[in-house]
Amino acid sequence: MNRPAANIKTLKIDGRDVTARPEETILEVARQNNIFIPRLCELKGLSTVGACRLCLVEVKGSNRLLPACVTRVEEGMEVTTSSERLDGYRKAILELLFTERNHICSVCVSNAHCELQSLAQKLGITHVHFPYRYPVVAVDASHERFIVDHNRCILCSRCVRVCEEIEGAHTWDIMGRGIDALVITDLNQPWGSSESCTGCGKCVHVCPTGALSEKGRSVAEMLKRRQFLPYLTLMREDRE
Amino acid sequence: MRLATVWLDGCSGCHMSLLDLDERLLAVAEKADLVYSPLVDNKIFPEDVDITLVEGAVSNEEDLHKIRMVRERTRILVSLGDCAVTANVPGMRNPFLTSEVYDRAYRENVTFDPGIPNQVIPPLLPYSRPVHEIVPVDVFVPGCPPSADVIFYAVSELLEGRIPELSAKTRFGA
Repeated sequence: MNRPAANIKTLKIDGRDVTARPEETILEVARQNNIFIPRLCELKGLSTVGACRLCLVEVKGSNRLLPACVTRVEEGMEVTTSSERLDGYRKAILELLFTERNHICSVCVSNAHCELQSLAQKLGITHVHFPYRYPVVAVDASHERFIVDHNRCILCSRCVRVCEEIEGAHTWDIMGRGIDALVITDLNQPWGSSESCTGCGKCVHVCPTGALSEKGRSVAEMLKRRQFLPYLTLMREDRE
Repeated sequence: MRLATVWLDGCSGCHMSLLDLDERLLAVAEKADLVYSPLVDNKIFPEDVDITLVEGAVSNEEDLHKIRMVRERTRILVSLGDCAVTANVPGMRNPFLTSEVYDRAYRENVTFDPGIPNQVIPPLLPYSRPVHEIVPVDVFVPGCPPSADVIFYAVSELLEGRIPELSAKTRFGA
């Protein structure tokens, strides 16, 4: 293949020379090169929003940290994906996520299959340094087949994006600001009464935690299946 | 080494997991005297304890009194299990007022002589809290309960004078 040289960017990630197409993000290129960057909101096949801030990386010449999931590669970039500073921020972000809602891993449907839980372990978190908030938030089991448990939601917005971008229903959205934000169905009504929901379950399977689950699952029984997502995205790209 | 274990607001599962050390308990017993524990017959928490394993969250006034005393008398304090580390299941009452919790437990779900006890049962604190929010903790062993292997590793390291590295071996909810 004879691509013009201008279409290939060369950069360094953690001191390694890597090449990338100009439209690719730091996170995509890192992934292709088996360089681990933690993230919770990004999911291959969905648009990127840079919401969780876990993928922040250091880029030489920039005095601020950049989210790898929404930062395009540039020629000659020098990226550092892991440092004491970054690890500190990432741990603080994860610990704050644990304090914001009532995540009780031991009694969660997603125990042992949860991205929040496994990432905390991977980053070496053994306890939370911040005070827990213990908010009063609801569990909505009004849908025939699914449950939303706001106690376990981290507001990554994967459900919102998969519903709009892949299913085309836009049942989910986010209501409120900051600490009061909540994922909602339709006009903040019980999920079971939603007229736009097709019941496809894509939101359940992209959810990184136990916030969205299938009914009838007990502790640690909710396995998420994501194979459909890259497949659907690929098929649609081919058609375009 | 003088070893102790205490049981605050937990289900005793962590102590059961400790007993699951089975024959490895003999190896621990060779290096440590168990000077206080719900598993032994000693009513007073002694002075000069080297290592104390704490199961359970700090949920009532007795827990609060106990953990402060235990901290004063212990060199290395270990939060054993998710209740001690995160408040876990006891903490599930925290979004609610204690008055609501009392009503639920002693009035709504009771058919014989409903009423909130005013003696014997220590009063609840407003929140059930992780141990390290009350007193400094030296070692954290998450898990619900931590497996016998994890407890054995942690205790063995501590008895050898090392601080165990546990994040690869256990996690919240393990």
